[in-house]
Amino acid sequence: MSDKPEKFIDENGLRLDGRRIDEIRPMKMEIGVLSRADGSCYLEWGKNKVLAAVYGPRELHPRRLQKADSVLIRYRYNMAAFSVEDRIRPGPSRRSTEISKVSREAFEPVVLTHLYPGAVIDVFAEVLQADAGTRTAAINAASVALADAGIPMKGLISACAVGKVDGQLVLDLNKPEDNYGDADIPMALTSDGEITLLQMDGDVTQEEFKKAIEMCKEGCRQILEIQKETLKNKFTKLDEVDISDEDEDVDISTIVESTLEPSEDEETEDQDEGSDEYQDDGSAEEDENEDDSVSEDEEEDNEDDLIEDSEESIKRIDEDDPDDEEDDA
Amino acid sequence: MGNEVMSVLKKDYIYNLMLKGKRADGRAFDEIRDIDLRTNVIDKAEGSAWIKLGGTELLVGIKLQVGSPFPDSEGEGVIITSMELNPIASPDFEAGPPKEDAIEMARVTDRGIRESGAIDLSKLCITEGEEVWIVFIDIHVLNNEGNIQDAASLAAIAALMTTTIPGEREGRGEDMPMPIRDMPVSVSLVDIGGEVMVDPDLDEEAVCDSRLTIVSNQDGSISGMQKSGDGALNDEKLLKAVSLACKKASELRETHLLNI
Repeated sequence: MSDKPEKFIDENGLRLDGRRIDEIRPMKMEIGVLSRADGSCYLEWGKNKVLAAVYGPRELHPRRLQKADSVLIRYRYNMAAFSVEDRIRPGPSRRSTEISKVSREAFEPVVLTHLYPGAVIDVFAEVLQADAGTRTAAINAASVALADAGIPMKGLISACAVGKVDGQLVLDLNKPEDNYGDADIPMALTSDGEITLLQMDGDVTQEEFKKAIEMCKEGCRQILEIQKETLKNKFTKLDEVDISDEDEDVDISTIVESTLEPSEDEETEDQDEGSDEYQDDGSAEEDENEDDSVSEDEEEDNEDDLIEDSEESIKRIDEDDPDDEEDDA
Repeated sequence: MGNEVMSVLKKDYIYNLMLKGKRADGRAFDEIRDIDLRTNVIDKAEGSAWIKLGGTELLVGIKLQVGSPFPDSEGEGVIITSMELNPIASPDFEAGPPKEDAIEMARVTDRGIRESGAIDLSKLCITEGEEVWIVFIDIHVLNNEGNIQDAASLAAIAALMTTTIPGEREGRGEDMPMPIRDMPVSVSLVDIGGEVMVDPDLDEEAVCDSRLTIVSNQDGSISGMQKSGDGALNDEKLLKAVSLACKKASELRETHLLNI
């Protein structure tokens, strides 16, 4: 039976879960959580728990599916049977098939697909616990997992929904708002604010829709920050050594630049690593971020270098830091 | 490989036309192809419609059955929409269970009808919690010349408007007309290198960057929207598309639905 709340927004302008109308639920991300996948990300967003993994680029079989001029992206959105109140039958449903399709299309505009003709990039998004907004949660996690896998992209994708309850637009619907609200508009945006996924059901006027886009942009901007932060954390963090001890704001570019002053040894090493396809995929997801003058693959390579002879590198970072910052400025 | 070369050439051609403000078949960017819509074409169905939109042809049949309601809406009837992209309609369609395109279009059609409240579902309840009418909307595609989506949505609401609920046949009281409250109409647009155009034909569909379907209602509100395709849209283009779609939808409603 219906347990529809009488009011979604109280007299103080707060929603059932205490959020303001333009506030997203708390989001937590962890990167590189699966050892077999080329990239992975675990995301908690409100009560949603989503795990995304990326395999590839890898060879595509059967061959007839191969695309001669670009990589094929496959996206599988899947809900665990126990992820919702009433058990759902495992395997693809009409709903999940549609979500998989539009989510894949949300990534097509940013992935540099022409770099791997004939290959496939598989993105798997598993919803382990569902609580409204799972498709957008899955996209946010998948976006970071793609970056983690070193897939070259023009930028990250961030996704969020806007809905309507009590005649008012609200950002990032919670479960009751999703179930009993008047509209649900999930969107995915590039970091430049281009819309790559848009769905809507419910009832809104053209004016409201216009406002919804604005709200969604703001939500996605916040999510993008969390995604970037997650990536930076992984690629600046070193095993055993905490480089941020002295300077909290060590920025990736300083580390990368200072450690890759090419000594001859390192150069040869780099070339060897170049044979490893995945490491060499110049990934550009942070390109538009001015601070990060260096792309992901180098960061990854660097990470390895750093771990190998961390002590020396750290020293060099410390020494080079002020200079580099000046350069950046 | 062959197809890819073709589509690059075709895209160039259509793109160059677009720069001159033209389309391959001579239409304006906001012009929908000719529509021929006929209702009550299948006697065995409780409601039906045949539509020809340009060269795209399909049939929608409505069947009603008595069944049990969903546990979360015990006092409401049920709508089930499915679409079959039959191999008869195109060399690209294969027999077998619906694939993602068919599922997507069926679900967008379904959402348009459901979310607009076009059918008063509470009137489809026979005994609360036990028996309700289940409305099956089956879309049977016969020929694909592009934009199956809009043809399907228009034919579906037309078919619903002519549907009689077979109360006597099923021993559930008298026959009654389908309780229709609104007329949602879907209008699809494609973005080809910068300009949006309504009602894409097959080639335009094949080469477009992205495609947008907007379902709007009598009062001009929007009840469904779906972006598909590999491109991205900026909000300026999007808002332009939305207002154009609403305008076109009301023209379609005027010419094709209000006289049913």
